[in-house]
Amino acid sequence: MASKYELSKIEVWDGNMAASHALRQAQIDVVAAYPITPSTPIVQNYGKFLSDGYIDGEFVMVESEHAAMSACVGAAAAGGRVATATSSQGFALMIEVMYQASGMRVPIVLNLVNRALAAPLNVNGDHSDMYLSRDCGWINLCTYNPQEAYDFNLMAFRISEDMRVRIPTIVNQDGFICSHTAQNVQPLSDDEAYAFVGEYKTKNALLDFSKPATYGAQTEEDWHFEHKAQLHHDLMNSVGVIEEVFEEFAKLTGRKYSLVESYDMSDAEVAIVALGTTVESARVAAKSAREKGIRAGVVSIRSLRPFPYKQVAEALQNCKAVAMLDRSLPAGAMGMLFNEVGVALLQNAQNKAILSNYIYGLGGRDMTQEALLNIYHELNENAKAGKLTHETQQFVGLRGKKMAFN
Amino acid sequence: MTKDVKNLKQFSKSAEKFEGANLLCPGCAHGMIIREVLNSVDGHILIGNSTGCIEVSTAVYPYTSWDVPWIHIGFENGSTAVAGAEAMYKALKRKGKYQGEKPRFVAFGGDGATYDIGFQWISGCFERGHDFTYVCFDNEVYANTGGQRSGSTPLGSSTSTTPAGRVSYGKKEKKKDLLAIMAAHGSPYVAQVAPNKWKDMNKKIKTALDTEGPTFINALSACTTEWRFDCNNTVEMMDLAVDSLVFPLYEIVNGHELRITYRPKNIIPVRDYLGVQGRFKHLFKPENEHIIEQIQKDVDKKWEMLQKREEAGV
Ligand SMILES: Cc1ncc(C[n+]2csc(CCOP(=O)(O)OP(=O)(O)O)c2C)c(N)n1
Ligand code: SF4
Repeated sequence: MASKYELSKIEVWDGNMAASHALRQAQIDVVAAYPITPSTPIVQNYGKFLSDGYIDGEFVMVESEHAAMSACVGAAAAGGRVATATSSQGFALMIEVMYQASGMRVPIVLNLVNRALAAPLNVNGDHSDMYLSRDCGWINLCTYNPQEAYDFNLMAFRISEDMRVRIPTIVNQDGFICSHTAQNVQPLSDDEAYAFVGEYKTKNALLDFSKPATYGAQTEEDWHFEHKAQLHHDLMNSVGVIEEVFEEFAKLTGRKYSLVESYDMSDAEVAIVALGTTVESARVAAKSAREKGIRAGVVSIRSLRPFPYKQVAEALQNCKAVAMLDRSLPAGAMGMLFNEVGVALLQNAQNKAILSNYIYGLGGRDMTQEALLNIYHELNENAKAGKLTHETQQFVGLRGKKMAFN
Repeated sequence: MTKDVKNLKQFSKSAEKFEGANLLCPGCAHGMIIREVLNSVDGHILIGNSTGCIEVSTAVYPYTSWDVPWIHIGFENGSTAVAGAEAMYKALKRKGKYQGEKPRFVAFGGDGATYDIGFQWISGCFERGHDFTYVCFDNEVYANTGGQRSGSTPLGSSTSTTPAGRVSYGKKEKKKDLLAIMAAHGSPYVAQVAPNKWKDMNKKIKTALDTEGPTFINALSACTTEWRFDCNNTVEMMDLAVDSLVFPLYEIVNGHELRITYRPKNIIPVRDYLGVQGRFKHLFKPENEHIIEQIQKDVDKKWEMLQKREEAGV
C-alpha cells in the first residue's frame, strides 16, 4: 500500500509539481514515460514519490516517447489507470500512437507541457505541440497556471474514464511560464482527491481472460468510417460530461471552470481570444485598456477538443472587433484560433465583429503588456472604423521588417 | 526450466485459440507457428502483434481469429504493447486487483517488424527485463506490403525493392544475425526454430514461455507468395532450409551457453534449397553463380562457428 502524503492547505508548487501530485493522488496503475524539457520534472517527481513509497503502481521508463505511448496503450487496454507526460519533439514522436490510442478508446491522461517544435531547436514554450495535437482524437484541455494544472489533471481522469466517453485526454500547460513557475496551489487531501477521481472501472480489459478482447483490428472502407465517426460523435458529446465534471469539482473546491471563460465581457466592444498563460496577461492588459477608455475583454477556451463553437460565439456575440492570438506558426495560413473562432462567429448571423489574427511568442518570445495593449488599441480602431484598419494577420514582437498578411 | 513438453496427441487436443478462419495465404507458415505457440502450453496467454501479414489477415473487423486477448498497435511496437500490459498486470497484482493465474505475455512480429523498424522497441523491452516472449515470424521479407527487402532478407534474394535484373543479382547485403544480438542483451533464453521440426520447436517455445524475463524465438516462416513456391510445399521448403543449414536450429541460454539442437544426418548443398524458390532463380545464371558459392561459404562458416561455440560453451 502506498503511504499518504501530508499536504498543507497551501503548497508552493510549479505546474510540473502540481501535475505530479495530481497523478500520485489518482493512484495510477502504470506510468510509462521518457524525459523531455520542460515536462521532465513531472516524471522525475513521480519517480521520487515511487522511491519514497507514495506510489504502488508500475513506473516504466522506456527508451523513447513512441514507446512511452505504446506502453500506455498496452497498459490501458490491459485494464487500469494510465498516464504520461511529454513536450515538443517527444510529442511529435508519439503522434502515430496518439491516433491509435484514441481509435482504441483507451482513457490515458497525457500532460503536454507546451514547447516549440524544431528546427531550429528550441526548448521554450509555445503552442506548436498543442496545435499538432488537434486532430488526433483526444480530448484536449488547456490550463493557465499551476493550480489549474493540478485541478485539470484530477478532472481529466474523471472525464476520460467516464463510460459515456472513454477517450484519452491531453492536459496542456505552458512550458516554463507555468511548468517552472512556483505559485500557491490549494491541493485536496489524498483521500479527497482519490474520492473525486474514483476507482478505475474496466471495460473489455485484455487481462480479463474469461472474455478475450481484440484491440486494434483492421478495418477498410467497409467499417473504418463508422469507427472514426463514432469517436467524433462521442468527442462532440463529451462536452456534457466535461461540464458535469467541472460542476462537481466546483462543488468540492469552489473553483468553477467553464469550456469558455469570459473576463469583463458583459459590455466589451473589443476582445482578445487566447490560450494558456497569455489569458492571464491579457486580463491584466484588458484592465489597463479599460483605464484608457477601451471597452476591452478576454475570452479563453478550456477545451480545444471538443471545440466549444456555440459557447465561443455566445461569449463574443456583442463584440465589434475580436483578435485571435495564436502561439504557433501557422505556416501558410491564418492561425488555428483565427480559423476555429472565426467559423464559430460565422455560424451566428448576428455576429458582425471585425476579426484579426496575431501570431506571437514563438520559441518563448515574451508577450508583453505593451504588445497586448497595442492589440487592444488596434481592435478599438477597427471597432470605430467598422472595418479592418490593418492587415488580417500580424506577427507580434518579431525583429526586423514588420510581417503582416491578408 | 521444465522439460515437460506436450506430445502430438496432447497438442492436437488443446483448445483452439487461433481459428482456421483467417485470410493468410494457403500454405503460409505463419499460421502453423501461431498455433504451436498458443498450444505449446496451457493457461492464459496475452498477445501483442505488430502490423504485417498476421495482423491484417486475422483481425479484420468485425471478425477475429483470436480466442486469446490480443492487441495490435502499430508496425514497430508489438513488444511495447505487451510490455505495457505486463506492467499493468504487475501493478494490479500488487494492488490485489488481479486475481487468477499468472498469464504469459507474448509479442508477435514479422522479420520487418523485428529486425528493422521495431528493433529499438524490442531492445528496450529486453533491457528493462519485461517478463515476456518475443516471437519473430521470419519470412525474410516484408510480405504484407508486397515483398520488399528487410534486414533479414538473405544475400542474392530478388525482392520488389532489390529486384534481380540485367545488372543486379538481387539483394547485396547479408541477413542480420539477430539471434546473436538478442543473446547479447543478456536474455535468459533465445532460440531459432522451424515449424517443420515440430518437437524441437515445441520444446523451445515452452522453455521460452516458462523462463522468467525477456526471451526470444526466431521462427522460420516459409512464405509461398514471396519465396515463390507451390503452397503445398511449405514444410518441404523449411526441411530444405534446416537440412542445408541455411537456417540452423540452436539455442543460447543466459546470453552465452550455445547448444545446437538439430544436426542434419545428410547436410544438403544450399543450391538444393535455393533452386526450388523463385526468389533465387536468377542466381543459377552463369554470371550469378558466384553468389551461390558465397552463400555456401557463409553457411559453412556459420556452422563451424556454432559448433565451436557449442564445444567451448561460450
Ligand atoms: C510506421 C509504418 N511504416 C510502414 C508500414 C507499412 N507496413 C505494414 S506491414 C509492413 C511489412 C511487414 O513485414 P514483416 O514485418 O516482415 O511481416 P510480414 O508481412 O512479412 O509477415 C510494412 C512495411 C506501417 N504499417 N507502419
Ligand atoms: S504473403 Fe507470405 S507471409 Fe503473407 S500471408 Fe501470404 S504466405 Fe503468409
